[in-house]
Amino acid sequence: MDFRKWMMASAVALLAAGANAQISDNVVKIGVLTDLSGAYSDLAGKGSVVAAELAVADFGGKVKGVPVQVVSADHQNKPDIGSAIANRWIDTEQVDAIVDVPTSSVALAIQEITRTKNRVHLNSTAGASSLTGEKCSPTMVHWTYDTYAQAHGTGTALTKQGGDTWFFIAADYAFGKALQEDTEAAVKDAGGKVLGSVKAPFPNTDFSSFLLQAQASGAKVVGLANAGADTINAIKQAHEFGLDKSGQKLTGLLTFVSDIHSLGLETAQGIVITDSWYWDLNDDTRAWAKRWSEKMGGGRMPTSVQAGVYSAVMHYLKAIDKSGTDEAKKVVDTMKTMPINDMFAKNGKIRADGRMVHDMYLVEIKKPSESKYPWDYYKILRTIPGDEAYRPLDKGNCPLVAAK
Amino acid sequence: MASVFGIPLAVFMGQLLLGLINGAFYAVLSLGLALIFGLLNIINFAHGAQYMMGAFAAWLLLTVLGIGYWPALVLAPLIVGLFGMAVERTMLRRLAKLDPLYGLLLTFGLALVIEGLFRQQYGVSGQPYQVPEALQGVIKLGFMFLPIYRGWVVLASLVVCLGTWVAIEKTKLGALLRAATENPSLVRAFGVNVPMMITATYGFGAALAGLAGVLAAPVYAVNPLMGSNIIIVVFAVVVIGGMGSILGSVLTGFGLGLIEGLTKVFYPEASSTIIFVIMAIVLLVKPAGLFGKAG
Repeated sequence: MDFRKWMMASAVALLAAGANAQISDNVVKIGVLTDLSGAYSDLAGKGSVVAAELAVADFGGKVKGVPVQVVSADHQNKPDIGSAIANRWIDTEQVDAIVDVPTSSVALAIQEITRTKNRVHLNSTAGASSLTGEKCSPTMVHWTYDTYAQAHGTGTALTKQGGDTWFFIAADYAFGKALQEDTEAAVKDAGGKVLGSVKAPFPNTDFSSFLLQAQASGAKVVGLANAGADTINAIKQAHEFGLDKSGQKLTGLLTFVSDIHSLGLETAQGIVITDSWYWDLNDDTRAWAKRWSEKMGGGRMPTSVQAGVYSAVMHYLKAIDKSGTDEAKKVVDTMKTMPINDMFAKNGKIRADGRMVHDMYLVEIKKPSESKYPWDYYKILRTIPGDEAYRPLDKGNCPLVAAK
Repeated sequence: MASVFGIPLAVFMGQLLLGLINGAFYAVLSLGLALIFGLLNIINFAHGAQYMMGAFAAWLLLTVLGIGYWPALVLAPLIVGLFGMAVERTMLRRLAKLDPLYGLLLTFGLALVIEGLFRQQYGVSGQPYQVPEALQGVIKLGFMFLPIYRGWVVLASLVVCLGTWVAIEKTKLGALLRAATENPSLVRAFGVNVPMMITATYGFGAALAGLAGVLAAPVYAVNPLMGSNIIIVVFAVVVIGGMGSILGSVLTGFGLGLIEGLTKVFYPEASSTIIFVIMAIVLLVKPAGLFGKAG
């Protein structure tokens, strides 16, 4: 009796499976692998999970008749922990796509795992431009920004505006070094000169000594090649030491709207940065930000990378719907054929190397008197067209490009 | 232009001054630690968390109650001090007769819990806190621009350190306190409420950490992790100065600030490790610390 029931159930299950033979395990599982407790947990973290959940809900919770699930985990910004989670997700928990992944060192580890095990990697928060360069993968899309775009957006613009001498304060690890080198190249291309640089330990709380060296250099622009709390401390102390008053311009080469919120406009005003998205760009972005904020609570507004997670997940689900499969390489190939038009990007496109190319924004932080409502922080100076913002396809040494 | 070791004298002087300012933070923090260890034999790993609480107390006073920097300079340490006293009364006291290691474990766990709660509530990216109006701006010193606020930090911490040292070493209360740590039952026989004194001492040590937190709020990001970033350095300062030596920890605090400042000029990459290199050398040559009493 029991055996017969079991047989029938199995048969039904098999039939159901047959109907969507292309979707593995009868579920599309999206794993948001992020920093839920450390330095990047405010700019990505839970907000990224919420963004992914919103995308799934907006898509209808199902694709090709199978349910879509979101799971999440904290990689603590450590490559070994991130790798262990990714392996477990893929090997035993049927995760089809790993999303967000802040911290370049972790992202590069996930890149290798998803490449070998043929799973999708949709990266929004890691910066390293090598993810679509030498380390590019046919199953990966780099969605929101990279160090090249950040460096060129700010470096070129400020140099052309007359800030033609630079001093760098860089975090003493791979990311800081890459960001500084990329920016130096942009500055020199635009006709500027680099007067000096200093490598600050990471993490670091007191930047006064380095700021004094920057002041003594006489450079017109001081570039901060760091992120998170380091950037916040450096900007706070630069304001204290009167860098702005002595005629030097300060720029955070990777600054998010959440950092500005932490600094307060009194301190952050006048700083020029590059960002890939802003919640207050137009009606679409505002409507989405409002929904995100309600789900998130605490009166916060989303960062560009959180919005990027939403956009990436949405596009991923559309591609599964179109191609009828969740096999990683096929889905990403389909994603590359479809333009991206949503609240995040207009006419965005994914290149052969996995780079999602879309417009970036050169931003000046408002004065307190110009800010009319909470989180009203950005004044858009210029929209940088995607093709100008990102590294040319043939300059990244991505093997996928060479093969074509 | 005159120069020292190949760098212009002006830059050199500037860096020395900055080192002194950082030293001021180290001094106030390590003073509290040394006090608690010297008098109570507690290795207070919650010191960093108490420092962070001081900064957050100042921020909360401002944003919730509209109370500014100057009252916060008194109120925030008071709040942290009361919290410290409650911790001593309800938890640390139970471990008083055990090995100091148990106190270390308890305070370390406590620090993790406190930091976790603040992180849960306020996130990690920090809260804005402005320099008070009266202390804004910079002074031109010829060789550098000195933010007025930084000058104030040095002044305030010098006063606090000196005051504490005088109170412990030169007053009757201080003498009683020192006697109570040597022989509690004898001092109690003279009619002194020893348990109350111990609670108050721990509270005072915590309050010093809270004060350092308020002093730090306008210059460093006020975030839940700020304490764990600085506490390790401060412990190294106390070890170098000699565990429990009040004057030693203050002098070492300022001295190491200077050395760290100079490292930032000559080889900035090493500035986060130089203190630990010195600590290793001191431990090898003089295990009790520079100002500690052997045995």
